[in-house]
Amino acid sequence: MTQTIDTKTVKHVAYLVRLGISEKEAQKFSGQFSSIIDYFNMLNEVDTKNVPPASDIANAENVLREDAVQPSMSREEFLKNAPQSERGYVKVPTVLGDE
Amino acid sequence: MQLHNLTIREAHELLTSKQISSVELTQAMLQRIHDVDSKVKSYVTVTDDLALEQAKKADDFIAKGENVTPLTGIPFSMKDCISTRGVRTTCSSKILENYVPQYNATVTNKLADAGAVLVGKTNMDEFGMGSSCENSAFFNTHNPWNLDHVPGGSSGGSAAAMSASLATFTIGEDTGGSVRMPAGFCNVTGIKPTYGRVSRYGLIALVSSFDSVGPMTRDAYDCATVLEAIAGHDPHDSTTYQLPVPSYTKGINKPVKGMKLGIPKEYFVAGMEAGVESALQESIRQFEKLGMDLREVSLPHTKYGLPVYYLLLFAEASANLARMDGTRFGLSKSENAKDVIDIYLQTRHEGFGDEVKRRIMLGAYALSAGYYDAYYLKAQKVRTLLRRDFETAFASVDVLLAPTCPTTAFKLGEKTSDPLEMYLSDIYVVATNPAGVPALALPAGFSKDMPVGMQLIGKHLDEQTLFQVAHAYQQVTDWHKQLPPL
Repeated sequence: MTQTIDTKTVKHVAYLVRLGISEKEAQKFSGQFSSIIDYFNMLNEVDTKNVPPASDIANAENVLREDAVQPSMSREEFLKNAPQSERGYVKVPTVLGDE
Repeated sequence: MQLHNLTIREAHELLTSKQISSVELTQAMLQRIHDVDSKVKSYVTVTDDLALEQAKKADDFIAKGENVTPLTGIPFSMKDCISTRGVRTTCSSKILENYVPQYNATVTNKLADAGAVLVGKTNMDEFGMGSSCENSAFFNTHNPWNLDHVPGGSSGGSAAAMSASLATFTIGEDTGGSVRMPAGFCNVTGIKPTYGRVSRYGLIALVSSFDSVGPMTRDAYDCATVLEAIAGHDPHDSTTYQLPVPSYTKGINKPVKGMKLGIPKEYFVAGMEAGVESALQESIRQFEKLGMDLREVSLPHTKYGLPVYYLLLFAEASANLARMDGTRFGLSKSENAKDVIDIYLQTRHEGFGDEVKRRIMLGAYALSAGYYDAYYLKAQKVRTLLRRDFETAFASVDVLLAPTCPTTAFKLGEKTSDPLEMYLSDIYVVATNPAGVPALALPAGFSKDMPVGMQLIGKHLDEQTLFQVAHAYQQVTDWHKQLPPL
């Protein structure tokens, strides 16, 4: 089964991962994705009826701890890396649209 | 005596018998980096001042005989995805080019507590995505054995630095072979420990259910020494085992006679370079001479390891890298941004390289409605089968032997135009990570003057056996002692 991933799909998934993409890039990725996904389709050969999906590694135990207040990074320290901040907060443009 | 070529064990003896100081050793290492690394290009950042400061402290401890560990005063480097407070940590990505963490990874803290001296941070494929180090956003690292060839990836900088004696040990990270594959290409020893044995706190995540931090060293003894120092439970990483860490070096000399060595037939198939195959066969004979009991075993789902690994990687990485969004840290592009989504789109377009873009988009694809069952869920089911393969094999053998790569190090540029071709170079190293089992890579000889690597794969939490078998091999061979002609 050969599956083509067209540029429309590429642009859609790019938007899903919030990645700006040019028409030219979409074309390049479209060709590459088709051959990669085509190769991965070999998994269809494997019979997985009654096989549970792996949901953990070997060390699956619930880990609990006291919900106690502990020292953590200070606000000033944290904001050192923020591109823009104001009055102790990270500053970004509009998050919710105005329509 | 060339100080930069010492093993940890040799350096420790000279330090504690006061024949050399840590400052001398560290200065020699920094000098070596400044002399040689313009050719190899393994370091993204060299921390001269910090290193000398730490070396002085180490010398004080040694003088007083206080808190002296096997790593006190020993110069090391770390892959640039492990957080170091006050020292930039880039993942070799433009998006984190100027990112300076405000906290240390647990591994960084443990090594600092052990008195080790950080000399720098090493180059890698961007966010660990690659098999040749050519996906670094900054520059290519060269294989010290032939500068026209790649060092492997993604811990290519760490492997090259270790190989070229630009650190007494280095710390790499293995998500799907990223310690073992470059270790094989560069003639060094390195371990991917059991998942959960070493804390991931402060490691910039690629695939949270695969990522394993592991040392790269000159030999198995040193590797055991470093793993002992960095392993253990960490309240900051709930996937770490609460079990005590054994003294790996203590049991390392035990004879391997009578132990069962499994040769998985699926790993010895057509497509392997002739010189790699003959080096592996020669090594198998060596293990036989050591008295090991050889058995052919089957890991029937081996060929599905690669698609399982990559599909799960794409999916987890697309989620993990969502935090690189230009708002709280790292690169931020907000030219004429109308809203916050514009910042995301611009920052990520500019900050990520092509391979990262490919993988996070494919992750979104594999997780999206209509494809989730066919790709992500299917891969998780086959992952169960891969795990069962190992469980079945380990019911009859103690350890498995396999190559680390079908070829020796390829040339720079040889595989960059075809992403799938590049993925295929990981074919022998990816299956262990979805299964979580430990695997140790070590030098196995040479093919046309380039190093050949092999790996020993063990049972969950049985790093001890891997060190023991590797050490026994290194007592009767000297491949690991060969140094590149630089």
